[in-house]
Amino acid sequence: MIGDWLDIGPVGQISPGNARTLPVQGGEEIAIFHTLDNQFYALVNKCPHRHGPLSQGIVHGAVVTCPLHSWNISLKTGQALGDDQGCVPTIPVRVDAGRLYLLRSAVVGAQAPAHAA
Amino acid sequence: MVATPLQRLVVIGNGMAGCRAVEEVLARDPAVYRITIFGAEPRVNYNRIMLSPVLAGEKTFEDIVINDAAWYADNGITLVAGDPVVAIDRAARTVTAASGRVEPYDRLLLATGSDPFIIPVPGASLPGVVTFRDLDDVDKMLRAADAGGQAVVIGGGLLGLEAAHGLSLRGMGVTVIHLMPTLMERQLDEAAGYLLKTELERRGQTILTGADTAEILERNGRVAGVRLKDGREISADLVVMAVGIRPATALAKSAGLAVERGIVVDDHMVTSDPAILAVGECVQHRGACYGLVAPLWEMCRAAADMAVGRPGAGFAGSVTSTKLKVSGIDLFSAGDFSGGADCEDIVMRDAARGLYKRVVVQGGRVVGAVLYGDTSDGAWYFDLLKRGAEIADMREKLIFGQAHALSGGAAADPLAAMAALPDDAEVCGCNGVSKGTVMATIAGGACSLDAVRSQCKASASCGSCTGLVEQLLALSLGENVQSGPKTMCKCTTFTHADVRRLIVEREFKLIPQVMQELNWSTPDGCASCRPALNYYLLCALPGTYQDDQQSRFVNERLHANIQKDGTYSVVPRMWGGMTNPGELRAIADATEKYGRMVKVTGGQRLDIFGVKKEDLPKIWADLNAAGMVSGHAYGKSLRTVKTCVGSEWCRFGTQDSTGLGIRIEHMTWGSWMPHKFKIAVSGCPRNCAEATIKDFGVICVDSGYELHVGGNGGIHVRATDLLCKVTTEAEAMQVCAAFVQLYREEAWYLERTAPWIERVGLAHIKASLFDAPDAVERLAARFAYSQKFSQDDPWARRVGGEDAELHQHLGEFRPFPTPALLEAAE
Ligand SMILES: Cc1cc2nc3c(=O)[nH]c(=O)nc-3n(C[C@H](O)[C@H](O)[C@H](O)COP(=O)(O)OP(=O)(O)OC[C@H]3O[C@@H](n4cnc5c(N)ncnc54)[C@H](O)[C@@H]3O)c2cc1C
Ligand code: HEM
Ligand code: SF4
Ligand code: FES
Repeated sequence: MIGDWLDIGPVGQISPGNARTLPVQGGEEIAIFHTLDNQFYALVNKCPHRHGPLSQGIVHGAVVTCPLHSWNISLKTGQALGDDQGCVPTIPVRVDAGRLYLLRSAVVGAQAPAHAA
Repeated sequence: MVATPLQRLVVIGNGMAGCRAVEEVLARDPAVYRITIFGAEPRVNYNRIMLSPVLAGEKTFEDIVINDAAWYADNGITLVAGDPVVAIDRAARTVTAASGRVEPYDRLLLATGSDPFIIPVPGASLPGVVTFRDLDDVDKMLRAADAGGQAVVIGGGLLGLEAAHGLSLRGMGVTVIHLMPTLMERQLDEAAGYLLKTELERRGQTILTGADTAEILERNGRVAGVRLKDGREISADLVVMAVGIRPATALAKSAGLAVERGIVVDDHMVTSDPAILAVGECVQHRGACYGLVAPLWEMCRAAADMAVGRPGAGFAGSVTSTKLKVSGIDLFSAGDFSGGADCEDIVMRDAARGLYKRVVVQGGRVVGAVLYGDTSDGAWYFDLLKRGAEIADMREKLIFGQAHALSGGAAADPLAAMAALPDDAEVCGCNGVSKGTVMATIAGGACSLDAVRSQCKASASCGSCTGLVEQLLALSLGENVQSGPKTMCKCTTFTHADVRRLIVEREFKLIPQVMQELNWSTPDGCASCRPALNYYLLCALPGTYQDDQQSRFVNERLHANIQKDGTYSVVPRMWGGMTNPGELRAIADATEKYGRMVKVTGGQRLDIFGVKKEDLPKIWADLNAAGMVSGHAYGKSLRTVKTCVGSEWCRFGTQDSTGLGIRIEHMTWGSWMPHKFKIAVSGCPRNCAEATIKDFGVICVDSGYELHVGGNGGIHVRATDLLCKVTTEAEAMQVCAAFVQLYREEAWYLERTAPWIERVGLAHIKASLFDAPDAVERLAARFAYSQKFSQDDPWARRVGGEDAELHQHLGEFRPFPTPALLEAAE
C-alpha cells in the first residue's frame, strides 16, 4: 500500500494559502497546494489556458487564480471555473501522521493540459 | 445471577472504549464470558472527556466516574487496576501484566487508547512538563496551578485550548503556542479561528500562532520557559504538551498483530488474529484513526455483536463533529468545509452578535458546517450531513437554522414576510433604524441601496441587514430599484469607498476581522478583495499591520515580474535613471549567469529577462553586492523616477532635474500604493522626460517648479493636470510626498491616479492639499512615517533567507531508474 504513495515530506513545508512545486524528471511538474482551510491538493503546475504556473496564484477557498490571466481553477477537480473552459489533471493527495503523500501512478502518468486558444 | 461462564474475556484498557464494549457484551448476553479488565490507571472507569471540566473546577472526579466499584462486582468482573499488561502470548493465549500476573483468555479485547505525542525538543522530559490525558495529568496541573505563576500550553487544538481555559480559570497566566496560523485548524476555517482567538485574547490568554517551539528551558532542574524558533522566550512554571495523540500500539505490535498507524481491524473490529478484537482510539479502520468518542460507541456495538457470536452489519466508519468545551464559547464543526468547485458556501455573519455560520453544500446535500457564536443548529446540520439529506427545498433558508428552514407559510416568501413586519420592527441593529423609517426614506425618493444607506443609515455600518433593506426596496419600488455603485467584489455588498472608510473609522486590524465585521459572504474572500484589503490595512496601519503574503499577487510575493513562460524578469533600481560602470558590469554578469536577455525599459533602467524562480535569490545577492536594490517594477508601488539631464549638461536646463529626480526617488521608493506609480522630472518645458504623462511630473522652469498630476501612458493616454507651482526644491518634494499620501489614502485599490482624479475631480485634490494651511505638511509627515517601515530592500531580506521556501521546490522526483528517489530541498 505504502509503495503506491510517494512520501513528499511533512505538511509543515507548505504554509496555508501557499503552494510548492515538485519537478518530475521526464514528467510534468506538480504543484501542491495548502488552502486556508488546511486541505491539501495537487495539480499539474500548468494552467489549461496558456500553461501559467498555477503554484504562483492566489489561493481562496479551494480555488487558485492563475497568475497570468486570472482564470480560476478548482483545486478539487482541476476544472476552469466560470465561463472559461479547460481542465488540468489532479493528483490524489493523502495526509497521514503529519506527512504528505501523492499517488505515485498519477504523478508519473500526469499529462499537461492542451493549450487553449 | 450470572450463569456458569464458559469462556474467558480479557480486556486490556479500562478506559472509555474498553468498558463500553464490556457493557455492550453484557447487554447482549451476560452469560457468555467471565471478564477480566486490566487498567494501567489505578482507578475505576471514568469519562475522560470530562477531565476538562475537572481541570476547570466545574466538576469533581466523583462526578465523572462512569462505572464504580459496585458495577464491576455486580457483573462478576475482575478489575486489575494499576497493573498494565506488558506482553501477549498469542500461541498460549495468555497475557502477562507488569506485576507478573498471568491471565489466560479465549477472547482478548484491546482498548489501549492513545498516547500523547511529545515533541522531541530539548527539555521535553523536564519536571513541570506535562501532557493532558488522564487524571494524574490533571492532578499535576492542579498542583502547579496552586502555586500560581505562568503556564505555557503547546498546541492550540481542542485539548490544548481546554487545558489553557482550565489553567486560566485556576489563576495561572496562560500562553498558548500554536504551530499553524489558525487555532484548531483541523476543525475551523480562518474566519472562525479568528473569532476564537479574539475571544480567548479578550479573556486574558496570550495566543501565539505560527509559533514553533525550539526548546524547553530549564532552571534548577525544572522547567523555566519555552524558547521559540524565532528566538522569543516565554517564561513558564508549567508546560502542557497538547500537540496530538498517537494510537497506543506498542503492545499489539510486539505481539505480532498487523499494525500500521493503529491496530488494523476489519468492520467487526477483528484484528489480524481472529481471537483478538480491538476498539477505541488504538485501532485503524479502513485507513482511519479516530480521536473522538462518538465513533468509538459504534465500534463497541460492532465488537460486542462479534464477541457474542452474532456479527451484524459491522462498523462502516463515521463522520465526526467537534464542540469545544470552554464555557461561554460556542463552537461547532463537522464534515468537510474545504469548499471548492462543486461546493457552495452559504455564509452568514452577524458582527453585532459575534456570529459566524458556514454551511457547505455539495450536490444538494450538506457536506460540512462550521458554527461560531451560536451552535444550537449544529446537531441538525450534523444530522442532515450524516443522512445525506436532500436540502434543495430549504436551500434559501438553511443558514437560518432548523426552526426557520422547516417552518412553511409566510416565511417561505421572504417578501411577504417582510411586508408582514410591523413598522416599528428594527431592521438595522447597528444604527437602530426601524422598518417604518426605511420605508419613509424610500418614499422620500431614495431609490437605491446606497441612497437608503446615506439618508437613514440603515445597513451602513456592518451591512448584515443589506438583504432586508433590499427587500424593502423591492417591496416599495418593484422594478424601479436602482442598482447602486459597484461593490468591491462578489464577496461583499460594500463599495471600495465604504470599506476604506470603515477600516479607518472602526479601526480594523486584520483581514478576517474586516470580513467578519462587514459580513463577507465568503469564508476567506477572493483574488480581488484579499489584495485590496491587505493594501487598505497596510496603508491605515503603517508599522503595525503585518502584511499578508497570501493576499498578494505573485509579482509582489516574489519581488519580480512573472512572464508568459513562468520565468521572471528582474529590474534593479537606477536612481533617477543614473547608473555607473560598476552597476552595468554587475548587471551584465548577472544576465550571463541567470538571465536570457537584457532590455532598456521605458523607465530608464535595465530589465533582465528569463530568470528562474529558484535563481531569484542568487541574482539578487549579486545585484545587492554591487549596491543595487529592488526596483519594484513588479509592484503596486513606486516604479521609476525618470529624469532628463537638466541644468548640469543641457543648454536649455533651468534646474537640476536629475538631482531632484534622484532625491524624489530616494524619498518615495518602497512605498506600497493602490496601483503602480510613476514620476518624472524634466529640466525645462521641452519635457524630454515626458513628465506630463506620469502620475506625478515636475517641469522645471526658471522661476521654480511646475507640479503636474494624474498623467498616464498606456491604452488611454491622459496628459497631466497642473496642480501648482512652487519656487524651491524642498517645496516640490513636500508637495510630491503629500500628493502620494493623498492618493494612497483615498484611491481605490487598482485605481491609477488618472481615473482617480477623473472620479474625484482636480478641485477635490487641490482643496485637500491647499485649503488648510498645514494640510500638505501633515500629509507629507504621514507619508514619511509610513516610509520608515517600507524602505528596506525586499531583495536583501530574501537573500538573507526570508521566505526561502517560496523559491524552492519541495524536492525533485525521478521516477526512473528505480528505486525512485526523492531529494529533499533542505
Ligand atoms: C482532556 C480530554 C478531553 C476530551 N474531550 C473530548 C470531547 O469533548 N469529545 C470527544 O468526543 N472526545 C474527547 N476526548 C477524547 C476521548 O476522551 C477519547 O476519544 C476516548 O477516551 C478514547 O477512548 P479509548 O478507550 O480508546 O481510550 P482511553 O479512554 O484513553 O482508554 C485507554 C485506557 O487504556 C489504558 N491502557 C493503555 N495501555 C494499557 C496496557 N498495556 N494495560 C492496561 N491498560 C492500558 C490506559 O491507561 C487508558 O486508561 C477528550 C480527551 C481528553 C484527554
Ligand atoms: C501586468 C502587466 C504589466 C507589466 C508586467 C508591466 C511591466 C512593465 C515594466 C517592467 C516596465 C518597465 C518599467 C520600469 O522600469 O520600472 C513597464 C513600463 C511601462 N509600462 Fe507596463 N506593465 C504592465 C502593464 C502596463 C499597462 C496596463 C500599461 C498602461 C496603462 C503600462 C504602461 C507602461 C508604460 C507607459 C511604461 C513606461 C514607463 C516609463 O517610461 O516610466 N504597462 N511596464
Ligand atoms: S527637458 Fe529641457 S532641460 Fe531636460 S533635457 Fe530636455 S531640453 Fe534639456
Ligand atoms: S495561463 Fe492561466 S489564465 Fe492564462
